[in-house]
Amino acid sequence: MKISEKWLREWVSPRLDTKALASRLTMAGLEVGAIEPVAPDLSRVVVGEILSIVPHPAAERLQCCRVRIGKTKSLNVVCGAANAEVGMKAPLALPGARLPNGVTVRQSDIWGIKSGGMLCSGQELGLEDSSDGLFVLEKKAKVGAPLKTYLALDDKSLEIDLTPNRGDCLSVLGIAREVTAITGAKLKRPKIKNVPPKSRRKIRVTLRAAQDCPHYVGRVIEDINPHAVTPTWMKERLRRSGLRSIHPVVDVTNYVMLELGQPMHAFDLDKLAGGITVRLAKKGEALMFLDGNKARMKPDNLLIADEKGPLALAGVMGGADSAVTETTHSLFLESAFFRPETIARQARRLSLQTESSQRFERGVDPALQHEALQRATALLLRIAGGKPGPVIEQTAKRHLPKPVTVPLRTERIPRVLGLKFAANRVETVMKRLGMRVKKTAGGWRVVPPMYRFDLAGEVDLIEELARIHGYETLPSRLPQAPMSLPSLPETHIEDSRLRALLVDRDYQEVITYSFIDPALQALLEPQTRPAMLTNPISANMAAMRTSLWPGLLQTMVYNQNRQQTRMRLFELGRRFVPRADGMDQSRILAGAVSGDALAEQWGTKARPADFYDVKADLEALIGLSGRLQDFRFAPAQHPALQPGQTAVILDPERQQVGLMGRLHPLVQSKLALDREVVLFEIQISAINTRKIPNFHEIPRFPAIRRDLAVIVAEKTPAQAVLDCVTKVAGKLLVNLELFDEYRGEGIDSGRKSLALGLTLQDSSRTLKEEEVEAIMGKVVSSLEAELQARLRR
Amino acid sequence: MSDATDSVQQRLTHLISEADDAISTSADVAAVEEIRVRYLGKKGVLTEQLKLLGGLPPDERPRIGKLVNEAKELLQKKLHARKQALEAAERNRLLERETLDVTLPGRGVRLGGLHPVTRTLERLETLFTRMGFDVAEGPEIEDDYHNFEALNIPPDHPSRAMHDTFYFDSHTLLRTHTSPVQIRYMEKNKPPLRIIASGRVYRCDSDVTHTPMFHQIEGLMVDESISFADLKGVLIDFLNHFFEMKLKVRFRPSYFPFTEPSAEVDIGCVICGAKGCRVCKQTGWLEVLGCGMVHPAVFRHVKIDAERYTGFAFGLGVERLAMLRYGVDDTRLFYENDLRFLQQFR
Repeated sequence: MKISEKWLREWVSPRLDTKALASRLTMAGLEVGAIEPVAPDLSRVVVGEILSIVPHPAAERLQCCRVRIGKTKSLNVVCGAANAEVGMKAPLALPGARLPNGVTVRQSDIWGIKSGGMLCSGQELGLEDSSDGLFVLEKKAKVGAPLKTYLALDDKSLEIDLTPNRGDCLSVLGIAREVTAITGAKLKRPKIKNVPPKSRRKIRVTLRAAQDCPHYVGRVIEDINPHAVTPTWMKERLRRSGLRSIHPVVDVTNYVMLELGQPMHAFDLDKLAGGITVRLAKKGEALMFLDGNKARMKPDNLLIADEKGPLALAGVMGGADSAVTETTHSLFLESAFFRPETIARQARRLSLQTESSQRFERGVDPALQHEALQRATALLLRIAGGKPGPVIEQTAKRHLPKPVTVPLRTERIPRVLGLKFAANRVETVMKRLGMRVKKTAGGWRVVPPMYRFDLAGEVDLIEELARIHGYETLPSRLPQAPMSLPSLPETHIEDSRLRALLVDRDYQEVITYSFIDPALQALLEPQTRPAMLTNPISANMAAMRTSLWPGLLQTMVYNQNRQQTRMRLFELGRRFVPRADGMDQSRILAGAVSGDALAEQWGTKARPADFYDVKADLEALIGLSGRLQDFRFAPAQHPALQPGQTAVILDPERQQVGLMGRLHPLVQSKLALDREVVLFEIQISAINTRKIPNFHEIPRFPAIRRDLAVIVAEKTPAQAVLDCVTKVAGKLLVNLELFDEYRGEGIDSGRKSLALGLTLQDSSRTLKEEEVEAIMGKVVSSLEAELQARLRR
Repeated sequence: MSDATDSVQQRLTHLISEADDAISTSADVAAVEEIRVRYLGKKGVLTEQLKLLGGLPPDERPRIGKLVNEAKELLQKKLHARKQALEAAERNRLLERETLDVTLPGRGVRLGGLHPVTRTLERLETLFTRMGFDVAEGPEIEDDYHNFEALNIPPDHPSRAMHDTFYFDSHTLLRTHTSPVQIRYMEKNKPPLRIIASGRVYRCDSDVTHTPMFHQIEGLMVDESISFADLKGVLIDFLNHFFEMKLKVRFRPSYFPFTEPSAEVDIGCVICGAKGCRVCKQTGWLEVLGCGMVHPAVFRHVKIDAERYTGFAFGLGVERLAMLRYGVDDTRLFYENDLRFLQQFR
């Protein structure tokens, strides 16, 4: 809500300067977001009167005007405006005047004619966004008077950011009431007189949806002057509230809306067919709006209609066909109360947020319609004349909002606010806010005014009390609570630990959007159909990610384009996979690695990070759980990963909890990534639980180490060899290390050699040589039997 | 004194000076050893001299024997000293050869870094958990009930317009705030309650000051005697500790359907010291969070007795705090993930 300070001060004028007033409003919950002068500094711009006009002898489009700026003083001004005419009053910028566009006006010589100033348009003065010719001043404007004085430009616009509960403040009246409540200054509410009818012309008004529209007031006004113009003072007030002057009739309805908070609508009477019906839309009905857009009506849309069909979407916007135009002679003025929820619904459905809907959906005073109609009639008569008809009023009383009585208990106030209030202080605040207050045992019964739609419960009244009293004055203290310890499960590994591990291993954390480009999603995870947003911010942010990889890869592309060649990224966040039993929103830790394994440094040969480098990072992560040996990496396939360099990660129960591998070269080239990428992802829930250590004695007897090299088929996974050894060697095997993998000379092609180090130990005695040999023999024969391994000599 | 004695004495003197020369010119430990063998070995020249004692008059034998032994001892000392000197020189030479340029950088794995939002979130969580708040969490794809209805925002409520919600269908959406976690937590737990919940939230809004995804941290405290004074106390204490300075803090009436009374909290601008700058739009104040006393309607939805219990809730934007703390001036930077940006927060 934007409002002229001068206008506000006509209604209530506390002894506070602009800044102090704004600060009081802000601290009472009506946040003043900006205070702006209503016009640039227009010193040396005065009211001029054009006495004569002659064509410029040398320039076809220019004319020479004699402009009077005092009783006897006049000067020559060269002007190009088409609307200049003798007798017109217009702003004249004198030499030295600095216009908002940066021009400083000077005495000049234009094609041989001296010009003593500049006649200005509204745009040139910063009073209009665009202008068509000179800014026309009223005839009564005093010649020579500074324009600042004439237009009362020493005013400021207050931009008040209202919260949605304060629909009652969307008017000068509303803000003035608030200022009264905050400061105690008196409200000077102008008396609005009834304008008696001068004709008998009526139209029939029928309420067919009384629940949605329980009160409708209107009247016909005939024979207005179609050439009337909106007076400058009204245009200025509209402008200072951010509204453009459109047509005297529209301007008047807008003015009343700004002044009192009642949105109104004017129909061209000659374009109405029969009476007015307020009703719900019928199937197939459509309406062409004032702004030229056409919309199909839904059955729960509330319409203002005539016999032919819809005229307006009630409370939101009028139709083009029945709108007031320059040729309008007679009109029908509407001032109604609509149910807030109804208007909110239809405004939102059609995405039509208008000045009108904004007020109706927040609640308009149900007692205001008549007064607003009278006020509009009076203003209209003053500007455009016309004969008002009798007031037509339809009311469905049982559907009108009723006053509510809210109990307020004395003891409840300190429980909520932490401060006791004296009874008379409570009553003063309530009364200043327009509430009726009645003392009861233990408190009050309070009846809020009808224009407050936000006061329904005790706590609402307590907030009002706090707000007017000032939040600043409420006490502050630290809560008292028992010093009990929270539970701290030792088995739980915090996210911060997982992140720290990766950071310490040279990973940079990133945070990418949860919604991604559906095309990228399909490229990386064609097997999963993502959840799609119905109203994405853009088409390439429409799919909910089913994996964190698209975001990571996109980040790689972004940074590659910024000269980064080595990237080690990770992200911790949710991914969203639609499943039969609902949305899987698991938390995932994912990473992407590209470029050299180590940062560039001396003494180390650079080589690209590969599968095993990343696997080591994952093993370290899993290792936090203390159960790395129970997890398995198994060969797998994934559309985004290179076959043969893809592994699933299986938890101790052999459930798949993660995936890793090298980005498929085809995908890599589609993404235009220069260097190979290794990716991983793992469910947080699979790795964030750890064992509680259980001490067992340090063995006192020596361990015996035996090394073994076996040749197996290329396709035999190392894991199979390790599993076989572990199984056969039994309990005495305390450590097993795979310390070499070899292919080449001495090994047949299609086979490979694996070197293993076995550490054997018994906790209660020294192992005998024969026992060790026996175990080694069993291990070798099992490897030979189960995996067709051959001992390498 | 016999001539024989004289000649032995002369011989000894000669041998010692001869050995002395050899020792002082010896180049290494091996040469020293050779000299030792030559003079002091079983068949060494000096040892031989002892054997000559037999040829001397008996009364002179002890004296000459002593002289020979003294000569041997002297030689031994000199040999030892020379050996040590040579060994030390050798050691020094070896160490010299192993001298490093200690100014060369170290080798190995470098350090990565956290995203500034995470860094801020971890700090926020630490502060609140130390104050005794537990951490709760909830889904990001939410239902209308938990995101709106249970928070006293019925359909067609004007404040829904403030939320710019992303929808999947008419009742499934991306949570617009972390407040639904309050509801989910209160559905399962009974007072006294003290929790924080943080995470991603979403609004379809995008410009210099808005990204369609951002982070919030939500706090909730419910007990039998919690008032607005406690809310003020906790938040003022928190803000002073987060920014590590004594801040001006003001509570301004505002509106959230799920709290009543509601407040917005401003702090004295940390960029300009509350003097007025571009960041605080010349007001000297920065809005940092929203809060209020839990609305009785919310308690009714989760079946907590609103007569017996009161509580406060607050929600703050993590990016906002990170921007103020680190001087970041464009919120979009957080999600561009430019490494040159992220690496500034190591």
